[in-house]
Amino acid sequence: MGLQALFFYLFAFVAIASAFMVISSKNPVHSVLFLIVVFFNSAGLFLLTGAEFLAMILLVVYIGAVAVLFLFVVMMLDIDFAELRSGVLQYAPIGLLVGLIVGAELILVIGSSVLSPDAAQSITMPIPNPAERTNTAALGDVLYTHYVYFFQISGMVLLVAMIGAIVLTLRHRENVKRQDISRQVARTPETAVEVVKVKPGQGL
Amino acid sequence: MDSFFWTYGWPALIMIGQSLLLLVCLLVFIAYVLLADRKIWAAVQLRRGPNIVGPFGLFQSFADLLKFVFKEPVIPAGANKAVFLLAPLVSVTLALATWAVIPLSAGWVISDINVGILYVFAISSLEVYGIIMAGWASNSKYPFLGALRSAAQMVSYEVSIGFVIVAVLLCVGSLNLTDIVMSQQDGLGTKLGLPNSFLDWHWLSLFPLFVIFFISGLAETNRPPFDLPEAESELVAGYMVEYGSAPYMMLMLSEYAAILMVCSLTTILFLGGWLPPVDIAILNWVPGIIWFVLKGSMVFFMIAMVKAFVPRYRYDQLMRLGWKVFLPLSLVMLIIVAFVLKLTGWA
Repeated sequence: MGLQALFFYLFAFVAIASAFMVISSKNPVHSVLFLIVVFFNSAGLFLLTGAEFLAMILLVVYIGAVAVLFLFVVMMLDIDFAELRSGVLQYAPIGLLVGLIVGAELILVIGSSVLSPDAAQSITMPIPNPAERTNTAALGDVLYTHYVYFFQISGMVLLVAMIGAIVLTLRHRENVKRQDISRQVARTPETAVEVVKVKPGQGL
Repeated sequence: MDSFFWTYGWPALIMIGQSLLLLVCLLVFIAYVLLADRKIWAAVQLRRGPNIVGPFGLFQSFADLLKFVFKEPVIPAGANKAVFLLAPLVSVTLALATWAVIPLSAGWVISDINVGILYVFAISSLEVYGIIMAGWASNSKYPFLGALRSAAQMVSYEVSIGFVIVAVLLCVGSLNLTDIVMSQQDGLGTKLGLPNSFLDWHWLSLFPLFVIFFISGLAETNRPPFDLPEAESELVAGYMVEYGSAPYMMLMLSEYAAILMVCSLTTILFLGGWLPPVDIAILNWVPGIIWFVLKGSMVFFMIAMVKAFVPRYRYDQLMRLGWKVFLPLSLVMLIIVAFVLKLTGWA
């Protein structure tokens, strides 16, 4: 148990320290890089609780895809962060409010699990014993077997959102040369080449 | 204190020993894979390739290593120094970290975790950071363009690789790499009434996915014909332009470690890992690691040949191939595999 506690404090400390660096570092790219460290350490915390599937998915989705996009945007856009930072006190009350709400909710969740430790067993889908069923299989049970229709509906919502984003941003510009691969492949000498007999001294 | 040592200290020592052994073997293997890459490329072009250092140029990679180590590392004045030096370290650490879960033979694995394939997928999706950081920190145009290209390319091809892996996992029913290999002991061949052989491995039953995985693997590791991040004719050397000496060597090392990773993943997912090609006594006496290395080397030979005779893709063609061809194809294949498994009850 001692080693686990040691690792917990290591991951938690690094996560919180880098979370602080995210908001305090001057360079936005450094901020994103510190954010990645936060994600990585959170994955470590997931591993410690035995949620290995969630840990790996956190790595794949948040670090492998979302943070790459963040980094892309931050590197590409020339944002004047000194100007953004100048009004930071103006937004402090809103930030404080959000922080208070999240803090209160965290206290509620942790408090309820302290007050009734077996709450996890009384919910609709009890968490199975990790020794009997891997948590990948357990999550699959919940998502794809018991609540498959809800899962499908959320998939539909995401699909609609994706189509909406494409419709909003897609501009089909005219007069742009495009490569049509199938047309290119379908070309034959008959359609592409014209043999002309040129008389000497006349040209075409 | 004594019990603490036997519960934690001793296993940790064993694991460190195993990791060191694996790392040393891997690095020596990478040295020769690098040489093989150059030799194969040269042979296709009717050249001799490296042939001066040692017999047949066998020590060329070690000579290169000494050269890189003894050169002076140059850091550009405008570079972001910390990130510039961190980038090669990140790449090399991540590229070598994936090897912790690769089973080289039955039971020959440092960490036999439940979600092995996901771990490999997650860590290799992080490898893009080494490249982005290198490109951004150099604070120069070509590296930055190379890094942007690479980021878009790796994220795009990861999607189809993910679908291919999911299809294989559907056939296996486990995310553990050892289970994936063992499940290939019987398959299509045994269903047709043949004895256990190479026909049972997934390459035959999932052939289109095998092809997609191989090509996406090339794109994922920035190998020709998808080496746009370092296209020497346009970007000089892409994200590696500003690097020299030891940091450059680390970037190269991580690239080749990632390529070998793709080779061994192909071997594990599609070519039956350490299983012998035909289940007869003589072949079963050969240690599994030899089959594994042979299969991996064969995949690497194909990758090296592709480098030698396929011209480089244009960037829009690369994106088209990833999003408009491989993504729908792998998605449809995934659905077909799922339906076949469900209807025939093979899974």
